[in-house]
Amino acid sequence: MEGFQKHAGLVVPLDKVNVDTDQLVPKQFLTWATKEGYGRVMFWDWRYLEDEKPNPEFVLNWPRYQGASILLCRENFGCGSSREHAAWALKGYGIKVLIGTTFADIFYANCFKNSVLPVRLKEPQVNELFRRAEAIEGYQLAVDLDAQTISEVGVDGQTWKFEIDRFRRDCMLRGLDDIGLALEFEQKIRIYEGRYQPEAPLYGPLTFPFTGELG
Amino acid sequence: MAPRTLYEKIWDNHIVHDDPELPSLIYIDRHIVHDVSVQAFAGIEAAGRRVRRPDLTLAVVDHTVPTTHRELPILDPHANVLLNSLDRNTRNWGIRLFDLHSQFQGIVHIIGPELGFTQPGTTVACGDSHTSTQGAVGALPFGFGVSEVEHILATQCLWRKKSQPMLVRIEGRRPKGVTAKDLILAVIGKIGIAGGVGHVIEYGGQAIRELSVEGRMTICNMSIEAGAVSGLIAPDETTLKYLEGRPFTPRGKKFDELAERCRDLVSDPDAAFNKVVELQAEDIEPQVTWGTNPGMVTSVSGKVPAPGDFRDPRDSQSAERALEYMGLRPGTAIEDIPIDYVFIGSCANARIEDLRVAASVVRGKKIASNIKHAFVVPGSMLVKAQAESEGLDKIFTGAGFEWHDAGCSMCVGMNGDLLPSGARCAATSNRNFEGRQGKGARTHLVSPMMAAAAAVAGHFVDTRELDLPESE
Repeated sequence: MEGFQKHAGLVVPLDKVNVDTDQLVPKQFLTWATKEGYGRVMFWDWRYLEDEKPNPEFVLNWPRYQGASILLCRENFGCGSSREHAAWALKGYGIKVLIGTTFADIFYANCFKNSVLPVRLKEPQVNELFRRAEAIEGYQLAVDLDAQTISEVGVDGQTWKFEIDRFRRDCMLRGLDDIGLALEFEQKIRIYEGRYQPEAPLYGPLTFPFTGELG
Repeated sequence: MAPRTLYEKIWDNHIVHDDPELPSLIYIDRHIVHDVSVQAFAGIEAAGRRVRRPDLTLAVVDHTVPTTHRELPILDPHANVLLNSLDRNTRNWGIRLFDLHSQFQGIVHIIGPELGFTQPGTTVACGDSHTSTQGAVGALPFGFGVSEVEHILATQCLWRKKSQPMLVRIEGRRPKGVTAKDLILAVIGKIGIAGGVGHVIEYGGQAIRELSVEGRMTICNMSIEAGAVSGLIAPDETTLKYLEGRPFTPRGKKFDELAERCRDLVSDPDAAFNKVVELQAEDIEPQVTWGTNPGMVTSVSGKVPAPGDFRDPRDSQSAERALEYMGLRPGTAIEDIPIDYVFIGSCANARIEDLRVAASVVRGKKIASNIKHAFVVPGSMLVKAQAESEGLDKIFTGAGFEWHDAGCSMCVGMNGDLLPSGARCAATSNRNFEGRQGKGARTHLVSPMMAAAAAVAGHFVDTRELDLPESE
């Protein structure tokens, strides 16, 4: 997995609360067998009109936000379905960093698995960023994961510090494969299995009706 | 030992490795894989790893499968790839698969407990957010994306930081016509769609205890819609009676041992919860969502709100957009909202008791003339068979419903079961996001009783006023 240390880029402000993962990647794209290719379909229903013509009203289609790689968002971003396709779409689109107040739990974890960094800031800070991103043409931020800072590029150089779980930060910095990490604890897994012997045998014949009652 | 909540007890029992520098490594007793998991198996192969515990794994097809005409080839080439690769992968690794033609096929969260695979005190995992459904039998559920499906296949473990325990206690007795679905919608209405973030919710109180296991599943299912990590309910006699005799449920002495273990699978009396929310069941009315997330919900006797009713300007904005999408005017009485589609299905509500209740409402009646289509999609083929043995299918088709095979169907709309733009649907599923059931489709989440009653009336009605034989 690629690591993430720093990134600087154009900010696009998505001023909507409770953006759910059905909006990020609608159902018709969930049957694809790959992890790639979802950038084009991200926010499909908001982003395109009929015939896949870009909807000029949707902020991601505004000329000033083309090439944006930092998505500024509002609370509870990524709520709803656990589809990891949402993170794949952001990555495929070119979003390297999300900045918001809160993210839904499963979505938050999925971002880390795909080297997309979700940064949590306090509400007044996010409000400030929205104001500045909307007011300043070509607004750019530089994110430093090691230092846990976000700084303005070019303008009067405001900097914000962010909190992040130490383990998530280290794995992200090193591009650590957490399956590989778990397998380093093979011995402990075996000890657990030896002690607790988790098993799930079939006790009754797998035919219907069962001898027990169904409902 | 300090008093612990049920969540903490199950958590502590499953720690493989604990370390102040790392999240805990938690063992997963039960893993169910569905048909949107091809990337996980591809990852296993690419890394040259193996599936560690195929014996603790079940696979089933639910999200992409057609719910009619299964004798015909599937037209969607993408779905075919997913289904064929699941077939190949499960055969390769020796994982038991319930495929499209299996009598045990069904929605992943319905078949787990139904087959006795998910048991009290176990950790159960699935690459789907509604794994929390299975917490109803006193298991600790984990839901996640496909990367962690791969993680569990390879290691049978998950890296997790412990969540905060939350208690939602519903005391009192729920009124006639008010069901488990109404209880959980009322909870979400009260605490909001982010009210449970960072928490595992345990549900308790008299109204919860008095629910059947199936009712408890409806409750646990929508924990995710409250933003919670997961949900569970302590097992009791009701749970044991439910599990007894199912194919994976232990028998004889081993069942007695399971029953014995259940005695401690309860939160200690002095256990501390980070958050406690209390509701009185008598205060809860049948619920209907009016907006585009499950928190935008009100009582059936209520009205569609106005954007100005919300203090926070962003909530006003969301409400305004939701009302526009849903084509609703503020002040409209919920009971005056006409519907044109009805969907009884999904892991929230498609078990046998849900179908019995819905059938009792429509028995001898016909769906209203303004209903374009009404669908019943049983949650599993076992539920379907049971329903047919009770004649429920004839009651539904006699009333004008379509009777389908089991699958996620138009809850998530991945199999072609979709609604047209502008369609207004009374649905027993758990999500009413924009476009969920089809681009422009308008979803109102309700209980099976409410959906059935709306199907007959052609608009929402108060199920407390229905004249039904006392069932649950």
